[in-house]
Amino acid sequence: MPLDAHIPSGPIEQKWQKQKFDLKLVNPANKRKYRVIVVGTGLAGGAAAASLGELGYEVLNFCFQDTPRRAHSIAAQGGINAAKSYQNDGDSVQRLFYDTIKGGDFRAREANVYRLAEVSANIIDQCVAQGVPFAREYGGALANRSFGGALVSRTFYARGQTGQQLLLGAYQALQRQVAAGTVKQFVRTEMMELIVVDGRARGIVVRDLVTGKISSYVADAVVLATGGYGNVFYLSTNAKGSNATAIWRAHRKGAFFANPCYTQIHPTCIPKSGEYQSKLTLMSESLRNDGRVWVPKAAGDKRPPNEIPESDRDYYLERIYPTYGNLAPRDISSRQAKNVCDQGRGVGPGGLGVYLDFRDAFKRLGRKVMDERYGNLFEMYERITGEDPHDVPMRIYPAVHYTMGGLWVDYNLMSNLPGLFVGGEANFSDHGANRLGASALMQGLADGYFVLPYTVGDYLARGGFAKMDTSHPAVKDAEREVNERTKRLMSIGGKKSADQLHRELGEIMWNDCGMARTKESLTHALSVIPELRERFYKELRVTGSGAELNQQLEQAGRVADFFELAELLCYDALQRNESCGGHFRVEYQTSDGEAQRNDDEYAYVAAWEFKGVGTTPVLNKEPLVFENIHLAQRSYK
Amino acid sequence: MRITLDIWRQKNPRDPGRFERFEVPNVNEHMSFLEMLDVLNQQLVSEGKEPVAFDSDCREGICGMCGFLINGEAHGPLRNATVCQTHMRHFKDGDVLRLEPWRASAFPVLRDLIVDRSALDRIIAAGGYTSTRAGSAAEANQILIPKPSADKAMEAAACIGCGACVASCPNAAAALFTGAKIAHLGHLPQGQPERMGRAIAMTSQAHAEGFGHCTTIGECEAVCPAGIKLEVISRMNKDFIKATLGGYANEVQTLAALPPSAAMRFFEAEPPKKEP
Ligand SMILES: Cc1cc2nc3c(=O)[nH]c(=O)nc-3n(C[C@H](O)[C@H](O)[C@H](O)COP(=O)(O)OP(=O)(O)OC[C@H]3O[C@@H](n4cnc5c(N)ncnc54)[C@H](O)[C@@H]3O)c2cc1C
Ligand code: SF4
Ligand code: FES
Repeated sequence: MPLDAHIPSGPIEQKWQKQKFDLKLVNPANKRKYRVIVVGTGLAGGAAAASLGELGYEVLNFCFQDTPRRAHSIAAQGGINAAKSYQNDGDSVQRLFYDTIKGGDFRAREANVYRLAEVSANIIDQCVAQGVPFAREYGGALANRSFGGALVSRTFYARGQTGQQLLLGAYQALQRQVAAGTVKQFVRTEMMELIVVDGRARGIVVRDLVTGKISSYVADAVVLATGGYGNVFYLSTNAKGSNATAIWRAHRKGAFFANPCYTQIHPTCIPKSGEYQSKLTLMSESLRNDGRVWVPKAAGDKRPPNEIPESDRDYYLERIYPTYGNLAPRDISSRQAKNVCDQGRGVGPGGLGVYLDFRDAFKRLGRKVMDERYGNLFEMYERITGEDPHDVPMRIYPAVHYTMGGLWVDYNLMSNLPGLFVGGEANFSDHGANRLGASALMQGLADGYFVLPYTVGDYLARGGFAKMDTSHPAVKDAEREVNERTKRLMSIGGKKSADQLHRELGEIMWNDCGMARTKESLTHALSVIPELRERFYKELRVTGSGAELNQQLEQAGRVADFFELAELLCYDALQRNESCGGHFRVEYQTSDGEAQRNDDEYAYVAAWEFKGVGTTPVLNKEPLVFENIHLAQRSYK
Repeated sequence: MRITLDIWRQKNPRDPGRFERFEVPNVNEHMSFLEMLDVLNQQLVSEGKEPVAFDSDCREGICGMCGFLINGEAHGPLRNATVCQTHMRHFKDGDVLRLEPWRASAFPVLRDLIVDRSALDRIIAAGGYTSTRAGSAAEANQILIPKPSADKAMEAAACIGCGACVASCPNAAAALFTGAKIAHLGHLPQGQPERMGRAIAMTSQAHAEGFGHCTTIGECEAVCPAGIKLEVISRMNKDFIKATLGGYANEVQTLAALPPSAAMRFFEAEPPKKEP
C-alpha cells in the first residue's frame, strides 16, 4: 500500500505557511478541555509539553528518569544548526535544506526538511530568550562553528554542553507550566503500552517505577518523543536507560516503523576498553574542526604516536576527501576508519582505533584558545582513558550513535494511527539515511516548539472522537497485556541478567548489521536472533517482584522489545539492495568504495507493519519525490 | 584488583536499612565505578540474590542521575567528577569502600543508593526560568551580550542537578544548586525582568522543601562535579536581600499543587499498617 504523507500542495517555500493557515484552530476557551499525553522530556518532548501547556491544553508528561532534565538530549555536546547566516558566508534556508537532503543521501522527504530549515532560525531566538548561554563573540553577537557535512559556519553552541543547555531551557519552560498547573509531570514512570480505541491512539499504560503499580491514562491525543533505539546494539553513545519500548509498543499496536536500518555510526567515540563496558562515550565531532585524523602508513607500526614522523603518517580523510577533509560526513568518516583498521593499521588495544591529533592546532592556536573550545572534552577523555590529549593524540573509533529510522509520520508528524504523534529522534522524518551533525537538536526543538503545537491542535479541532475513561475495555485489555508480560519475565527463573543477554544481541547486531552489511551477514542475523530470543525467555532471571522498585525488571522489559526490533532492523537492511548514508551494503559500492544508491528502485521510505513476533513484517512504501533538488551521487571530495 | 564494598541496603522508604558487605574480586582499573557495580550485580543475579539498586543514565557525567557517597565523600575521591566518571584506577587493591545514598531529609531514600531528588525540580518550578512563550522571542542578535557575561552565565548553568552539594553540606542546604540557577539567569539580560521575584521564590521553596540554611562552609563547592563556585551563593544572597528590601516578597506567587514526589507515591501506595 503506498503511503500518503499529506504534503501540502504549492511551491516548497510556501508549503508550511499554507499548511499553518489551513490547520484548524481550537477555541482558546476549550483548550483546557483537551488532554494531551506527551511521553518524553527530551528536546522534542520537553519543548512540546511546555508549548502545549502554554497554549492551555491539559498536558500529562512522562519520563522514566527521576526528573525531566535528565533526558538523553542532555548529553549532546557539539551544537545546533540554524540558517541564521550570521557569518555572511553564503548560508540560507535553501542551503541548509540542500545540505540536509544531500547529507541524508537523498532519502528524506523534501517538504519536512524544508520546514525544518525554515523554522531553524526561530529556535535560536526562542532559546536565547530562555537564557540559553550560547557562546558569543567579543562584540556580544552569537558565535558559530562549522560541523561535518557543511561548508558554512551555522552551528550554535554552548561550550561542549549544547544539549544540556538547550534541554535546561526546555525543562525550565516545562517547570514553569508545571507550576502554572497546565502540565502534570510524571517522573520515574515508564510507558508500557499504547491504548488504541476505534483505530485512534487514546492513552497509555504506565508502570510506576517506584511502586511497580500498573495504571492507565487516557487522552485525546498521544505524543511520543521517546528518543532513539541505538541501544539495540547494546553498546552505543546512548544513555544506559535509552530504549525503544514506547515506539515498539506503538508499532505492535499498528503504527508503521520507517527505515529501521538507517542507523548512524559516529566516527569519533572513545574505543571500548573491555568486556565490562556498559556504554561508549562520544567525543564531539566539533573536535574534527581542529583535530586531524590519521593512522600509521604501515600496518603493524607499534611505535608510540609521537615517535611516528610526518612521513610515516596517513591523514587518510584529508588524502581521500581534499575538499571536506576531516569534516567529511559521519557515515563516510566511520567507514574509512573501519577500512584502515581492517587493513591492520588501527591503533590501540586490538587495533580498533585511529588517532585524532591536536598537535598542529595547539601550535597554531595555543593552549588557551584550544581549552576554551574543547576543555571539557579533553578532561572527559582524560578521565575515561587516563591519557591527556594535550600530550598524546586521542584514540577514537566509530560507535552506534543515532537512529535516523523511527515511527513513520506524515507532514503533520502524525503516524498512520490517528491521534498518535511522534517527535524528535523517535520519528523517521528529516534525516534520510544519514543525519548531519548538529541537526538532531534542531529537529527535536523544531518538532516540539514549532510543529506539534500546531498540528496536534488541528487534530483536536477536527474532533470526531468520543469521550472515554479508564473503564473502557480497551484500557483493561492493555493493562492485562502488560501484567501478563511482567509475569512472564518474572517467572523464567534462569541464571542470566537481561544485561548479559542484551550484550549477546548487541554483538550479533554490530557484526552482522553494523558498519558494513551483506546479504549473508543479514541472513545470518535473521537466523540467530530468533534463537537468542528463545534463549532469553529460558535463561533470563529477574530477581525481586513486580510490585517494587526493580531495575532488573525494567531492563528485562526493554531488552525483550529490543529482541523484536533487532529482527525488523535486519529485514529492512536486507530488503534495501543499495547503499545509502548509514546503510552500507558491501555488494553495492562504487569503484572507489563509496555508497552506491539505486534511485530507480529504492527512492522510497520503507514503512513496516507488524504482523506478530516471528512473522515476516509487511513492507509499505512511501515514494520519495524530489522536485526541488536534483538527485546526485554524493561527493565530498 | 580486589575491592571490598560495604553497601547501604534499604528495600524501600520505610525500611530502616543496614550495611551489607560484598567482595568484587576481579576489578579492572579501566572500569568505571558503576561498571564495577554492574559486575557485582551480574554476579548477584546469577546467585539469585537482590542486586544493588543505584541510579545512572548517561554514564558520561552530564545527566546528573548518578551519585552516592564513597567513604563519606559525595561522588567519591575524584574532584570535579561524578561517580560514573570515576574510574577504578583511582583505587587500589584491597580497598574497603563504604557506599551510602545521599543523606538529607529533603532526599528520602527510595531503595539502596537511590534517593528522591524531586525537591530540586520544585525549586526550579518556583522561578528558575524566564517567562517566554514559544514563538514570542525577538531576533536572537538584537540584544548583544558581553562575552564575559555569557561565559559567567554558562559557568553557573553547568550545574547537572545531582544533589551532591546537598549531600555534602552539614546543614543539607541546597544553596549551591539554587544559587547556580539564580546566577545563570542573573548574568543575562533576559533574566533581569524576573530577577527579584525569582530570588525570593526559589529560596523560599528551598526552605519549604526542608533544605537547611547555608553557613558558607564550602563543602558543596569541593564536591560539585560541575565546578560551580561559591560566588553563586553570594549573588543569590545579594539578590535576595535586594528583593526583600524592594518589597518583592509580597508579589511572589505560591506554587499550584505539584505532582506527588516519588517517595510520596510509595507512601500513598503502601500506607502504614495499623497496629492490631
Ligand atoms: C552523546 C550524544 C551527543 C550528541 N550530540 C549532538 C549534537 O551535538 N548535536 C545534535 O544535533 N545532536 C546530537 N545528538 C543527538 C541528539 O542529542 C538526540 O538525537 C536528541 O537529543 C534526541 O532528543 P529526543 O527529545 O528525541 O529524545 P531524548 O532526549 O532521548 O528523550 C527521550 C525521553 O523519552 C523518555 N522515555 C523514553 N522511553 C520512555 C518510556 N517507555 N516511558 C516513559 N518515558 C520514556 C525519556 O525519559 C526521555 O525523557 C547527540 C546524541 C548523543 C547520544
Ligand atoms: S551545584 Fe554542583 S553539586 Fe550541586 S546539584 Fe549542581 S552540579 Fe550537583
Ligand atoms: S550517569 Fe549521568 S551523570 Fe552519572
